[in-house]
Amino acid sequence: MMNRSSNDSITWFPACKLEDVPANGGVCVKYNDEQIALFHFARRGEWYASQNLCPHRQQMVLSRGIIGSENGEPKVACPFHKKTFSLVDGHCINGAECAIKVYPVKVEDGQVFIGVSKCVEEVYA
Amino acid sequence: MKVIVVGNGMVCYNFCEKLRKNGSNSQFEITVYGEETRPAYDRVHLSAYFSGKTAEDLTMAPASWYAEQQIRLITGALVVKIDRVNKCITTHQGTTDNYDVLVLATGSSAFVPPIPGVDKQGVFVYRTIEDLELMTDYAKHAKTGAVIGGGLLGLEAAKAMLDLGITETHVVEFAPRLMPRQIDDAGSRILQSKLEQLGLCIHTSKSASAICGGEAINGIRFSDDTQLDVDMLVISAGIRPRDELAVASGLEVGPKGGIVVNEYLQTSDERIYAIGECALRNGLIYGLVAPGYEMAEVVASVIAGGGREKAFHGFDMSTKLKLIGVDVASFGDPFADGEACRTVVFEQTAKGVYKRINISSDGKQLLGGILIGEAENYNMLLQTCKNKIVLPPDPEDVILGSRGGQGDGGAGVLGLPDEALICSCEGISKGAICGAVNDGCETVDAIKQCTKAGTGCGGCLPMVKDLMVYTMKAQGKYVRNVLCEHFTYSRQELYDLVKLHRLNTYDEVLDHLGTGDGCEVCKPAVSSILASLWNEMILGKNNDTAQDSNDRFLANIQKGGTYSVVPRIPGGEITPDKLIVIGAVAKKYNLYTKITGGQRIDLFGAHLADLPAIWEELIAAGFESGHAYGKALRTVKSCVGSTWCRFGLLDSVSFAIRVEERYRGLRAPHKIKSAVSGCIRECAEAQSKDFGIIATEKGWNLYVGGNGGSKPQHAQLLATDLDSETCIRYIDRFLMFYISTADPLTRTATWLNKMDGGIDYLRNVVVNDSLGMAEQWEREMQALVANYACEWKVAVNDPQIRKRFSHFVNAPDEKDPTVRFESMRKQKKVTDWK
Ligand code: SRM
Ligand SMILES: Cc1cc2nc3c(=O)[nH]c(=O)nc-3n(C[C@H](O)[C@H](O)[C@H](O)COP(=O)(O)OP(=O)(O)OC[C@H]3O[C@@H](n4cnc5c(N)ncnc54)[C@H](O)[C@@H]3O)c2cc1C
Ligand code: SF4
Ligand code: FES
Repeated sequence: MMNRSSNDSITWFPACKLEDVPANGGVCVKYNDEQIALFHFARRGEWYASQNLCPHRQQMVLSRGIIGSENGEPKVACPFHKKTFSLVDGHCINGAECAIKVYPVKVEDGQVFIGVSKCVEEVYA
Repeated sequence: MKVIVVGNGMVCYNFCEKLRKNGSNSQFEITVYGEETRPAYDRVHLSAYFSGKTAEDLTMAPASWYAEQQIRLITGALVVKIDRVNKCITTHQGTTDNYDVLVLATGSSAFVPPIPGVDKQGVFVYRTIEDLELMTDYAKHAKTGAVIGGGLLGLEAAKAMLDLGITETHVVEFAPRLMPRQIDDAGSRILQSKLEQLGLCIHTSKSASAICGGEAINGIRFSDDTQLDVDMLVISAGIRPRDELAVASGLEVGPKGGIVVNEYLQTSDERIYAIGECALRNGLIYGLVAPGYEMAEVVASVIAGGGREKAFHGFDMSTKLKLIGVDVASFGDPFADGEACRTVVFEQTAKGVYKRINISSDGKQLLGGILIGEAENYNMLLQTCKNKIVLPPDPEDVILGSRGGQGDGGAGVLGLPDEALICSCEGISKGAICGAVNDGCETVDAIKQCTKAGTGCGGCLPMVKDLMVYTMKAQGKYVRNVLCEHFTYSRQELYDLVKLHRLNTYDEVLDHLGTGDGCEVCKPAVSSILASLWNEMILGKNNDTAQDSNDRFLANIQKGGTYSVVPRIPGGEITPDKLIVIGAVAKKYNLYTKITGGQRIDLFGAHLADLPAIWEELIAAGFESGHAYGKALRTVKSCVGSTWCRFGLLDSVSFAIRVEERYRGLRAPHKIKSAVSGCIRECAEAQSKDFGIIATEKGWNLYVGGNGGSKPQHAQLLATDLDSETCIRYIDRFLMFYISTADPLTRTATWLNKMDGGIDYLRNVVVNDSLGMAEQWEREMQALVANYACEWKVAVNDPQIRKRFSHFVNAPDEKDPTVRFESMRKQKKVTDWK
């Protein structure tokens, strides 16, 4: 599926507290039967979220990957074989892997919320 | 002079760029009419749209560029008529415009065979951004799909369907094999099996006779009366040049379409040129972008007064398939055979590798070839073929790689003549690239900007980089070996700077010495430098997220996402009680156990959340971390030595334990291993280690720079007959020299191989203290040794760190439900990955 989350019908669910996520790193969030990787780019004051599954070998590990940037574009590198994915649109930066899903994130009163669109829920229900 | 270009595709854009470069703005008044609603975009990388690239990302240049260049760009306008007598065009809206020179760059459209039902919903072609938008929408409700056409484009479209989530995707090819125009039968068989592994269903020798369904497609019927049920279909059966405007204006076209041009790209009307995919030269349509750019170059030169200097003499149609996850390339004449030719084939069916080269019968020239599964040599082979470079005496070396001996990566590029075309997309020669380097472009990015080489498909970038490095070296220049885009320093420079400024955290280093946010290359490298310099707990000071995954969780990550636990067993010596504890812990946490090649025991398959508890029990029994996860000292193996062995000269076990306990936890550019043997029979294999020690009648012999791994190499003798204290001091110096100067992820063997003067130089530094660093290095090593603490001990006692060892941040007690085990020989094993 494409990674562009349409603005219509986004559900925000509370993922965790701000301090639960290490600065400039990630954690894995459980949402129903899905696993979502949540990243805090503390240096830029930005948050990103993506699927936790690395499409290369279908491993549930992206949240444990090193985050960083390439020409300013925020990305995560899978710990297994260092495939890297853009956290803006999910495309694979250094290979022919398919793109990963990305989710919007917002922080309110120290609580981190991840936005899932209805359409995602339908497809993965 | 007034120039009108019809069609705003890639070739038109390239033509505009070149014409502006050749002539002043006042010399040419340029107007472009394009049918599509957006300015020219990168059709070659159209499929990147599915991996998240937007229409803007693909745009060659925004409308503002045309404005800056004083080019009038009119999009959404189809030119319908040319009045050749009055030199005037008319658009579908009825506007008219006069020209002195008219350039047709109308490209081509997808060829759709006249099969009944092709107009049904769910049938697509693959040519424009709109086509892709329509496909994306439709794919949401489709489960199965097919592509008609197994050529370059068809396979790309099939990969796109997979990316769109159509898990059952079929490819239907009329010919008996895939990519019939580029590769041979044997190659095609290998390609087919590789694509089947990717999940595509391939049908060859099949021709569609009808599209079934009501308003929307629900299947395809074939001429052999079979049928395939599908929800959507992409037709990729070839291209048709857009020559309708030329036909309507009475210009000469070919029998199968295409606007006939001469070598200056003039049509049958000398005021009208045709370039790109609509032009027919010597009976050929050139369906690639590079020949289109070459045509643009010729016309830009001709009308800028270059006269007959440049002409279009045909173009090499070598190609490399991109995107699909399998390397496929063909070049020159891939099929050449018969008397005048010898063919060398290398096939490795199990690995899916097939390579074929065709060589002239005198063995001197490469005529063409095919590469499947492994195409790194494509550029080099293409150049060898195009430039008629004389082949080495054993021509098969060019596909097998020269066996034995150190290959010289750069010699290949250096051997090319200056005219050799390196970037065929932009038509940039070796001479132009080296020229740019001489003019001061000393990074690949700078070369890209100044010559445009590598800005098309990017396939030539490795060669561009080689050329850059070799040109700079030839000028006697120091080639800057930088870490990554965030740090313009080599590891050695960074090590010195971090030390000088006494920086302690990754963030401080980035703030002081780097830019941006860091990445997976510089974070572990800097973390390693920090650890080598200060030997502080690596997870402290927020440095945890700058560690590689293994270091971040103090364990080796394995298939499936579980971890392994390796307690230190110095010298391989262990008491029965400790063996029992390892057994008990393994049983309690259901871990697989194995004796490692490093004389210790590995416990595999631990869940992330169990790691702290496992280590708590091991630590209570007197174990400590074995650093199996770190670029650090691993094991110091030993043989049993003089305490038991009848040949033993010295107590190798005691010395191995002493050495291991001295350097445990020491972090370095790569891992370091050692061993101590009690005599020259060498049962501990010390000569295969980064530093190895062998007992003699008079003391210890110290060897350095050995390596196992993929290129095994024996260690070299550094010093002989040393007493234990001196031996340790030499090792201190050797290790500190290595740590302060090696590149990231370089073992001591590679480091030593690259050292000018080799082992003799090293001996001078370590033994004779030729750099005067000995005392400082010994002091620094002593500080690191004094600072050692078992990092697992620190971790289990720190609630903040323990908290990080859970899979779900919002359900810390739950383990990853996707982890699966099976059983094998009465132990567990992880379920294999795909
Ligand atoms: C467990 C063990 C295999 C075994 O079951 O025996 C092993 C397992 C791994 N080795 Fe090894 N190596 C093991 C002994 C060796 C040896 C033999 C030795 O040390 O005597 C060698 C050759 C000697 C050498 O290093 O020069 C060896 C050469 C490698 C290499 C190649 C290094 C090189 O210089 O080319 C790698 C890859 C790397 O480090 O980049 C590697 C990497 C790995 C990794 C860490 C791969 C990875 O990153 O996941 C494996 C971790 C498995 C895991 O999940 O725990 N392993 N590995 C051995 C652990 C020894 C120990 O107790 O610490
Ligand atoms: C998916 C895909 C992948 C490809 N991959 C590669 C590859 O890897 N390597 C490679 O070399 N090539 C590749 N190609 C081919 C490459 O894209 C073409 O060779 C190149 O785009 C041709 O450029 P052009 O300017 O001649 O034609 P086009 O890009 O087709 O542009 C012609 C433009 O003219 C417009 N036009 C036509 N008639 C009129 C008119 N009467 N009035 C106004 N406007 C008109 C059309 O709408 C179109 O926008 C690929 C093509 C596709 C579709
Ligand atoms: S040899 Fe390869 S497979 Fe075996 S443990 Fe070492 S890295 Fe893993
Ligand atoms: S599993 Fe992620 S890169 Fe291989």
